[in-house]
Amino acid sequence: MIELDRISKFYNGRAVVEELSLTVPTGALCVLLGPSGCGKSTTLRMVNRLVPADRGTIRIDGEAVDALPVAALRRRIGYAIQSTGLFPHWRVEDNIATVPRLLGWKRGRMRDRVTELLEMFRLDPETYRGKYPHELSGGEQQRVGVARALAADPELLLMDEPFGAIDPIARDSLQGELARIHRETGKTIVFVTHDIEEALRLASDIAILDRGRLAQFGAPLDLLEHPASDFVRDFVGAQGIGLKLLSVRRVAERMRRGETAEGEKVPLEATLREALAAMTVHHASVLPVADGDGTVVGTIALTDLVR
Amino acid sequence: MTLSGAPARCRASSAFGWNPDRIALALVAVGAIAVAGGGFVSLAPNRLVSGRPVALWAAAGIPATAALALIGLALAGIAATPPRRMRHYAVAALAALLLIAVLLAAGTAARDLAAGAPPLARVSLGAGFWIAAAAAALAVLDGLQRADAGNFVRFLVGAAIAAAIAAMAAGGWFDALSLAREYASHRAVFGTALTRHVALVAGSVLPAILIGVPLGILACRRKRAEGAIFAVLNLLQTIPSIALFGLLIVPLSALAVAAPALARLGVGGIGAAPAVIALILYALLPVARNTAAGLSGIEPTIVDAARGMGMTERQIFWRVEVPLALPVLVAGLRIVTVQTIGLAVVAALIGAGGLGDFVFGGLGQDATDLVLLGALPTILLALVADFLLKAAAAALRR
Repeated sequence: MIELDRISKFYNGRAVVEELSLTVPTGALCVLLGPSGCGKSTTLRMVNRLVPADRGTIRIDGEAVDALPVAALRRRIGYAIQSTGLFPHWRVEDNIATVPRLLGWKRGRMRDRVTELLEMFRLDPETYRGKYPHELSGGEQQRVGVARALAADPELLLMDEPFGAIDPIARDSLQGELARIHRETGKTIVFVTHDIEEALRLASDIAILDRGRLAQFGAPLDLLEHPASDFVRDFVGAQGIGLKLLSVRRVAERMRRGETAEGEKVPLEATLREALAAMTVHHASVLPVADGDGTVVGTIALTDLVR
Repeated sequence: MTLSGAPARCRASSAFGWNPDRIALALVAVGAIAVAGGGFVSLAPNRLVSGRPVALWAAAGIPATAALALIGLALAGIAATPPRRMRHYAVAALAALLLIAVLLAAGTAARDLAAGAPPLARVSLGAGFWIAAAAAALAVLDGLQRADAGNFVRFLVGAAIAAAIAAMAAGGWFDALSLAREYASHRAVFGTALTRHVALVAGSVLPAILIGVPLGILACRRKRAEGAIFAVLNLLQTIPSIALFGLLIVPLSALAVAAPALARLGVGGIGAAPAVIALILYALLPVARNTAAGLSGIEPTIVDAARGMGMTERQIFWRVEVPLALPVLVAGLRIVTVQTIGLAVVAALIGAGGLGDFVFGGLGQDATDLVLLGALPTILLALVADFLLKAAAAALRR
């Protein structure tokens, strides 16, 4: 659990973060969302003290971050950033093992951990461990960047617009992998983005920031259905609020169990928006729903989407 | 259309058109004209008078001239074949052969001319020789460049040519040349001058690194210091070397008078102390500049990531910043070393010794070959240092 307790940050007398309080439960994927300059990155960087907070305290599992030596604190927290920050003179393997090496892990343990992480990100360990960052595509670099952040199995992961500079197709698959890895590892993740679609897709909780203040904090659905202010309404729902609502609900919530239909199978885990897209493409008003093994477990119909 | 058309046209012209190695052909032509023009060597009644030019065929005879012409023709013939990697290597190899042949011819010419001349007469290398030798050497370099030869191959070629020249020199092939006779009469001091020169360079470059690298780091870390540091270093760089040597004479002789202990260590207005100080001052700018450039060329996000993962400032410096800045730093070191090897020649003016002694001695006596005895080893030192540090930079960059 991370508690931000009335933290403020001033630059040249101007508050970039002001009296911000926020509690991120353990295992949550909390997205800090807002327009550029709203203080979301600064807030994130105050958690691992890359930016010192001028007022207020931040606690991780009840322990104030100021109480620990700064390097020790940071080694306990995973950190991934937009341009990856991979070390160009180190191989993928050495990049991923950065924090384990700082922590003095044994060579064999580091090697096993690198293998495990590369497999987790679906990069063949023997092909990729010896490569240099410049030999990788943008998407692969970012996978390695996130793998590096996870290397020492930190309880908390901070991600600063990690997929911001990546082409849309690679970003889509990276978001899918992050969602999967969050599910599998149960890490607490604080994730900064200005992309509302990305936030809706990934977040369990969203904190919307407006000029350094917390505008609203809640589940994605909450924000869409009950925006606390005009700012939040404008920011999350400027256009296409209906589609955004579809994108935060899953097929599993609306399907008709036990029924069957012909056509392209929709996965249980798909969002209603993906189901709508599939119906449009296949000119069908009803589609079968399949579980992870591909077994049909029910159907979803066009009318179910608007219930 | 234009995008896909252009490369296709290029390919077509190289496959079907005549595409000779124009540079090699031009170099052969230049060498031929220079040799045909007459003054391959020159013959003077003694070492202080300038000689009259003697053509290659007149000095070394028709067979030697014909042999040179044959190799030149063969080189031109190879250069006219279609471009392949093998052609580039063949051009380099033939040009190396031509270079050695030109040197052999010079030795023969000197020996034959000296045999028929009074003992005080001197045979010097003439414009024809220098141009032909330079053209051949350039053709070697160009061939290797085109063949995209690696550093190791370049080293092997250079070492082979150097070994051939050394073997000829050791076998007495050049003994009749004025340059060799200057060497023979200065043999006793040549080794000392050479080591002194290298010592001056090392004694200046190493302290310049020890001072210049921290200055560069400081300039990169504190923007306010940057302006002051580079203003001073730039100013130093604009002072002509002779003026700087002269400027140092006054304070250093005063210092030697005030502190006899220092004077006993060799510090004085003239000698090695002012020379080394001036050379260090000149070397500081490139060292500091490249250190600062290397460090500030590192993407800030890389340092941010390193810090965010819990590296200490010291770890960030040694594990991230130093290795990433090193190639730029070594490039600066190369500039500094080559520059210092050249400047150290001038240091002979204030009694620092080194190869400059021959250069200025020769200039004073109007003995060109004594100047060459100082200048040629200086150039060679610079070339070797340049090659070694370039190879080091390439290895670091990978």
